[in-house]
Amino acid sequence: MEAITDRVETAFIYKGEPIRNQFPALHQSVYGKPLVYFDNAATTQKPNAVIEAITAYYSTINSNIHRGVHYLSQQATDAYEVTRNSVASFINAPHSHEVIFTKGTTDGINLIADTFGYTYLNPGDSVLISAMEHHSNIVPWQIICGKRGATLKVIPMDESGELLLDEFERLLDDRVKIVAVTMVSNSLGTVNPVSEIIKIAHENNIPVLVDAAQAVQHTKVDVQAMDCDFLVFSGHKMYGPTGIGILYGKEEWLNKLPPYQGGGDMIKSVTFEGTEYNDLPFKFEAGTPNIEAAITLNSAIDFINEIGLENIERYETELYQYALNQLLQVEGVRIIGTAAHRSGAISMVVQGAHPYDIGVLLDKMGVAVRTGHHCTQPVMDFFEIPGTLRISFAVYNTKQEIDVFITSLKRALTILI
Amino acid sequence: MTINEKQDELVDEFEFLIDWIDKYEYIITSAKELPIIDEKYKQDQYLIKGCQSRVWLYPETRDGKIFFTADSDAIISKGLVNLVVQVLSGYTPAEIVGADVYFIDRIGLKEHLSPTRSNGLLSMLKQIKLYAHAYNSLKA
Ligand SMILES: Cc1ncc(COP(=O)(O)O)c(C=O)c1O
Repeated sequence: MEAITDRVETAFIYKGEPIRNQFPALHQSVYGKPLVYFDNAATTQKPNAVIEAITAYYSTINSNIHRGVHYLSQQATDAYEVTRNSVASFINAPHSHEVIFTKGTTDGINLIADTFGYTYLNPGDSVLISAMEHHSNIVPWQIICGKRGATLKVIPMDESGELLLDEFERLLDDRVKIVAVTMVSNSLGTVNPVSEIIKIAHENNIPVLVDAAQAVQHTKVDVQAMDCDFLVFSGHKMYGPTGIGILYGKEEWLNKLPPYQGGGDMIKSVTFEGTEYNDLPFKFEAGTPNIEAAITLNSAIDFINEIGLENIERYETELYQYALNQLLQVEGVRIIGTAAHRSGAISMVVQGAHPYDIGVLLDKMGVAVRTGHHCTQPVMDFFEIPGTLRISFAVYNTKQEIDVFITSLKRALTILI
Repeated sequence: MTINEKQDELVDEFEFLIDWIDKYEYIITSAKELPIIDEKYKQDQYLIKGCQSRVWLYPETRDGKIFFTADSDAIISKGLVNLVVQVLSGYTPAEIVGADVYFIDRIGLKEHLSPTRSNGLLSMLKQIKLYAHAYNSLKA
């Protein structure tokens, strides 16, 4: 069978053109070498559709939303709400008012940690996260636990980077008030069994927040099938603009939580004696939001939908497998994170070469990777390494780029070792 | 040789290294020349924290001059540290305090001095100046 990655330039067509042609940032040279961009877990490049939508927004309907009686304001408000509806169907949320615009994943987690924490965390209670969380799914919980006298507990993982589900069940006592886990690890690539985790937590009447920052761009995420209580992700990691993210929450939960920030738009009426808060979703959207990013996020969702997440997943799985096979043939490379089910990112260390050194040399060869702890220091501590070299993929990457990476890696290693 | 003569010599050598990789090969090779810090000083007190690689730097005075020994866990950082140590080690506190360290910029490695770069080179330069200031005021 022919692999779709072999027909790479034509594998996916969007608006009549091979998709790679639609990402201007991919077609440049750095230090005189053609760019190979493998830092997609940090942020993806943007297709023309998104870039053009940003210009179009400022050239036409730029105005504040939910406020003006005038034409432009209504157009902008409509476009803003169109994205909310698209997001709702993108993740299969039952209601669009369960979709809250945030600044990003981090902002969404802080919102829930803070409002949920103040409402439900008491001294002696605990919050359960996992051993492979991004700092943004650790620190907000640490802060609120500190303020409420609660404890942060951690679901451990094994040497392959898989969570230990029996340990998880053991940790679920009646003081655990919420579980917060990542769907896909940004440093190990592990795909966690979130549906199972949610099922077990729900059997104990504990709500679950899912960090889908590394999931929504790679696989179909269905909040109803998963039955998560909260889900967060970022626009910039899914071909969309920076500064916009999504918090999905079940209506019943969002109604129970107090507002996070106060300000304009989140109110129904204000007097100096008190305020009547607005309904969902506006209760959680205080102040003028990133209107441009919210509106143009819709173009990113269109882009993904048009190609189809099943196609994206199939294609990226081939790339991932190909990269793993090629890496196995490079002497000294040790893959960090060998879970049975992985996606998106591959982390590695090489005997005798610091990840930072390899990263600097790869950069000079035009290959953009990330080195360091990837905002998951506890994961590095677990594996007793200073950091890793990470490559991470998007739908526009090709096998040829992986070949360039492998050749460059070998060259860097001959210089370093 | 003065500090600036040393700097100019380095700038001249780098003139011939056109390709980026050649520059880095030079830096990596030069890492071997770094006067290595005594193991007993490899403590937090002498650690300069970059986010990704660690650099240890130890100052000593002999005959009124400051000499540095150092080490790093990453070889490129170690090479860069060596260049700085070669340029600044063995001068009086006043000379070091007054030195304008321009060679890093001129050899095209300015990016390593940006505060967002996490290799610790900028912090190391600051630390060297701090040590020199401290010795200077001790003397005064
Ligand atoms: C798993 C995971 N969670 C959270 C984040 C934080 O996302 P953001 O910086 O967009 O808020 C990231 C991104 O680095 C991530 O990979």
